[in-house]
Amino acid sequence: MKKKIWLTIVLVFALMLSACSSSSSSGDSGDKKDSGKLEIFSWWTGAGEEDGLKALIKLFEEKYPDVPIENAAVAGGAGTNAKAVLASRMQGNDPPATFQVHGGAELNEGWVKAGKMEPIDDLYEKEGLNDKFPKDLIDMVSKDGKIYSVPVNIHRGNVLWYNKKVFEENDLEAPTTFDEFFKVADQLKAKGITPLALGDKEPWTATQVFENVLLGKLGAEEYLKLWNGELAFDDPKVVEAIETFKKMLSYINEDHSSRNWQDASQLVAKGEAAMNMMGDWAKGYFVNDLKLKVNEDFGYVATPETEGQFMVITDTFGLPKGVKKADDVKKFLAVLGSVEGQDAFNPLKGSIPARTDADVSKYDQYGKDTMEDFKAAKLAPSLAHGSAAPEGYVTKVNQAVNIFVTQKDVKGFVESLKAASSELK
Amino acid sequence: MEQVIAKETQTAGPSIGIPRKKKRKLTKDHLLVLAFITPSILFITVFVYGFIGWTGYVSLSNWNSLVPDFSYAGLKNYQFLFNDFRFQADLRNTLIFTVLFIGASIVTGQFLAVLLDQKIKGESLFRNIFFFPMALSFVVTGVVWQWLLNPSTGVNLFMKKIGLDSRWYTDTNILAGFQWGKIEFGIPVAIIAVVIAAVWQMTGFSVAMYLAGLRGIPDEVREAARMDGASEFQIYRKIILPLLRPITVSVVIIMAHISLKIFDLIYAMTGSGANFVTDVPGVYMFETTFRGNYYANGAAIAIIMLISVAIFIVPYLISSRKGES
Repeated sequence: MKKKIWLTIVLVFALMLSACSSSSSSGDSGDKKDSGKLEIFSWWTGAGEEDGLKALIKLFEEKYPDVPIENAAVAGGAGTNAKAVLASRMQGNDPPATFQVHGGAELNEGWVKAGKMEPIDDLYEKEGLNDKFPKDLIDMVSKDGKIYSVPVNIHRGNVLWYNKKVFEENDLEAPTTFDEFFKVADQLKAKGITPLALGDKEPWTATQVFENVLLGKLGAEEYLKLWNGELAFDDPKVVEAIETFKKMLSYINEDHSSRNWQDASQLVAKGEAAMNMMGDWAKGYFVNDLKLKVNEDFGYVATPETEGQFMVITDTFGLPKGVKKADDVKKFLAVLGSVEGQDAFNPLKGSIPARTDADVSKYDQYGKDTMEDFKAAKLAPSLAHGSAAPEGYVTKVNQAVNIFVTQKDVKGFVESLKAASSELK
Repeated sequence: MEQVIAKETQTAGPSIGIPRKKKRKLTKDHLLVLAFITPSILFITVFVYGFIGWTGYVSLSNWNSLVPDFSYAGLKNYQFLFNDFRFQADLRNTLIFTVLFIGASIVTGQFLAVLLDQKIKGESLFRNIFFFPMALSFVVTGVVWQWLLNPSTGVNLFMKKIGLDSRWYTDTNILAGFQWGKIEFGIPVAIIAVVIAAVWQMTGFSVAMYLAGLRGIPDEVREAARMDGASEFQIYRKIILPLLRPITVSVVIIMAHISLKIFDLIYAMTGSGANFVTDVPGVYMFETTFRGNYYANGAAIAIIMLISVAIFIVPYLISSRKGES
């Protein structure tokens, strides 16, 4: 009898161990699969962007039929879920073959600083990419003189969208300066139309308005100084920008905290609100989802006093350290950086190519205009999208902005920006 | 992981043979029981208590970036949190939410259970109707009530017609507010909208608990009271409801641990809210850890949440153990 009991115990443990070991062995086979396939990690699962990614993968497979690709996109949370998965994989030394990362601080102060990326200067050399991207853009993906990733697309953050019909009916011109903006806003308010639509259920949208005001008031050069500590947040010019931001907030819709950016764009589309400051992914929403026509139903200008400046949001891909088959990854990065690759992806995603020599005819009117601007404009990295400063700082700014939108306490806001800036080193 | 478990089995192996009390003889049954319990005990030790310990350890470290840094930070992360506007707001919101949510669930639960107990026709139909929201996930509830209470849609279109203009969860006012630390302490109006959604979902549960309690009270008790000339209302007030007190304790415990840990409902329905009027520690923990990469701060929030739940659960567990023996 006793033997039977011990046998049971042993069996239970054996089962347990086998359960564990089988799960780890399946992990092994997973690794084998991974090393066979190039894992392209991104958060491109939305309507246009997923098509763009698929077109890109298709192009690569035509060129390199012997290198199988795995689309390892993680959905949800505007990249938050993907970033969380990526962080745990990178910390566990199990990086994907290549992954989507915003150029600027998210790449340089995040993964490069953590020593998790390989420089790819040789790839730039080989593919002749060094003069194909604007120099400012290459600087955004470089740290200490070495280049770490290939930019695929460009989104512009400083765009003011407006409802053309509302502006025509009220005989208004799209504002290009802050004075004009407030004049227009007062006239609209008198007519009972919300001048500025905001949907800050997720606070980054308010941060984006704030960074556009900062860019307008400071100009690109001074704006850049904020992020390397040369310009303090209690500088009179910054305080002036905050005062302007505060004044703008008195023209927004009352239910802003129940809306996300799409809901805010809807207000403009329906004519309940006249203007909206949002990155140019809003164009995709206006055109594809709301079926509006560019320059007919809605128009666009640079946000006040940012003409000739370009708030850049760029998705880039790099080479993580410790990846097997680094050569295959480089092949993929080369396709990403080629004119063909950029023109396959961007028209579908609704962004413009990062290369300045791409085929203009493949893009719509907004794309053409923006590509023109992009060549000549001064580039400024977006704070709200992690390009200007590390994610930790961005989170703190989002919190401070969320408090400011309600409390409108300029002094408190300056103080929390200053306190958070200890993260900027 | 395999190694950890292998180690655990080694150390745990011999202890199986040691009987708990010397007088008792180790019988076959005991061994069988042990054999079946041990795996789950091991798993719980590692995957629950092990990771609680790990979280506690991280919360005392300097790991607030993408690069793990386990150097000892003392209580720095906790100090930061208790001085933080957002976390102070979270504590206020959780406290107010918990009090309102539990209070409302108990009152509506008792009320509906007493109504159902009147031997009415179609009782099971009503029971199902009340219980049905329980079957939904908090995320679904959150999305639905977000639309229902949205200032520009839902019930507000009707309320505007009759001259009431409520802003529900976009309202940033704090009722009965006074300055406390960095925040204004009081009842955030916006949290009431969330309480309504949570009560809508969880009342069915407290109805079921109270109904079971009511069914457990023998008819003789009521009849005796009636013989003594008590009115129906008096019977409920003076006899039935006091007899339901143990049920109330259970409801409070169960509801408290739900409301102190609430995340999904808030995340789906309102987010942090303007000025953090509907933010809770769970949402803060998620954002600070996975968006801001403040792992140590996130771990500290988790530990504070654990302690706050333990304050409710541990005395309950102790008292129920005493009740057993």
